[in-house]
Amino acid sequence: MLWIAWKMLVGNRAKYLGIVFGVAFAALLIAQQSSIFCGLMALTVSQILDVEGAGIWVMDPKVKFVDDVKPMADSDVYRVRGVPGVDWAVRFYKGIARARLEAGDYEQVILLGLDDATLVGAPIDVVEGSIGDLRSPDAVIMDVVGYRRLWPGEPFVKGRSIEMNDRRAVIVGLARARKTFQSFPVVYSRYSQAVRFAPPERKVLSFVLAEPAPGGDPAAVARRIEARTGLQALTRAEFNRKTIVYYLGHTGIPMNFAITVGLGFLVGTAIAGQTFYLFVVENIRQFGALKAMGTGNGTILLMIVAQALHVGLVGLGVGVGLAAFFGWSTQSLAKLSFYMPWQVLAITGAAVFLIVLLASLLAIRRVFVVDPAIVFRG
Amino acid sequence: MDFGAGDTVTRALRGVDLDVAPGELLMLVGPSGCGKTTLVSIVAGTLLPTSGELSVLGCDLVAMDPRQRVRFRRENVGFIFQSYNLLPALTAVENAAVPLIIAGWSRRRALPVAADLLERLGLGARLRSLPSELSGGQQQRVAIARALVHRPRLLICDEPTSALDADNGRVTMELISTIALGPDRAVIVVTHDQRVYGYADRMATMEDGRLVSIEDGARRRSAAAEET
Repeated sequence: MLWIAWKMLVGNRAKYLGIVFGVAFAALLIAQQSSIFCGLMALTVSQILDVEGAGIWVMDPKVKFVDDVKPMADSDVYRVRGVPGVDWAVRFYKGIARARLEAGDYEQVILLGLDDATLVGAPIDVVEGSIGDLRSPDAVIMDVVGYRRLWPGEPFVKGRSIEMNDRRAVIVGLARARKTFQSFPVVYSRYSQAVRFAPPERKVLSFVLAEPAPGGDPAAVARRIEARTGLQALTRAEFNRKTIVYYLGHTGIPMNFAITVGLGFLVGTAIAGQTFYLFVVENIRQFGALKAMGTGNGTILLMIVAQALHVGLVGLGVGVGLAAFFGWSTQSLAKLSFYMPWQVLAITGAAVFLIVLLASLLAIRRVFVVDPAIVFRG
Repeated sequence: MDFGAGDTVTRALRGVDLDVAPGELLMLVGPSGCGKTTLVSIVAGTLLPTSGELSVLGCDLVAMDPRQRVRFRRENVGFIFQSYNLLPALTAVENAAVPLIIAGWSRRRALPVAADLLERLGLGARLRSLPSELSGGQQQRVAIARALVHRPRLLICDEPTSALDADNGRVTMELISTIALGPDRAVIVVTHDQRVYGYADRMATMEDGRLVSIEDGARRRSAAAEET
């Protein structure tokens, strides 16, 4: 009987494509918007993710997210080092600086200051120069996208300089960095240098990056740091989560995306539901004939659910495929963030399942109440 | 048999008492709205009477639960409809195989049986044709095959010739009275078409929900004449 259901469904090409289009449109909108939302959320934590090697971030207790820097005293790094279970701890500067270009233009940049001795937090993928070049006087490394933004169309020139806080910074290399939420160029420097590039402040230490002793549990060590120092200590995952939760709770981003996703759901349900209902109504005599010939309501239910699931799966595949294609084709655009984790697929799948369920409910009711004797009425 | 409720109640059938024997082709005639369709719907088990007794093939359909009635129809009743009611997306052979598939047969087993029957009905060359590619007469032959493929003991034909021209109507009735009719199978034909009255063993005439006459049809009279 499922075979008959399938033939009935695909036999009416126009209706079939209409239902699939409705579901695919909803899936596309839900998956694409959710992926852009995830991409945006990933941007907010990109600088946490870019810092490899340190399992624990220590910061002022009032810090709410990664860009909410509240400077600490330089001596705090020693207090963290003194906590049992901490293998090492280093300073990390993060701030916004104003860079003056050769032509006299000013641009804001994200300035990161790495521990002078270890360079913990340095970019992994250096495409021009080397990370060791940072040890040269006034040396900085810039991210590739930032460099292209400041000097569009120009090739990399080693030794090109900018000024920050009236101090000369020499660009000695380029590195790939994750896109940031503010989309400013990212400039890497040594800590001792970064604090001179930054506007003068009494306290300048942004974060302490720490690593638990081998075999130690980062979360347990973080709790111990908090207890001993009164500072806030978070594992990398905890800091990610805290930052994302902040953006979810304190910005209009989730609401805006939720509205678009909700509209996609409603439009998809309306198109798919109406077309599926019309498809069933058009076939009501056929269903009546099947009932007259001895097909029970249970089998009819199975047929309609199978038809709904079929269009749901095809629509989901098409919609998610188009969304993925969209993400792939726009990945070179620096301004567009697109990230499709498996959770987006799961959410889209659940939404599509709900759409086809709603679409089939009305149709099922219509077929259930149809009198098999309808076939005797000319 | 009543329809509606309260002041709008309509009595569709009253006091109908009708027996149909195996091997008999009963023709049910009468003006539109006289209750013919209601009566065959009840006999087919697709509609229940509000009162009275109903025994079809020895089964009390009123006493059955809905599941049992569905099963009864699946196993015992074949239908030929006025508007064929073929599934437009299925080919001729697939349409003819539908009752077997409803009965749980696999396609692999059902399609050859349906194909054999269609060949007997002269449609061997059109097995893979969709209903839209067939003439009205050919579609009705597919419908006949579909009605017979599962060897039902009762065949109900609702205006089987009304959508056909004279030649196709005659061919259809020839097939019904020869291939469809058998010693173990009763056939009830509801019709307005006076051209086919000659195929009846008995003619039951209805009027205003009542059975006003039952008399021998032309076939029975000619058979009796041959015997004498």
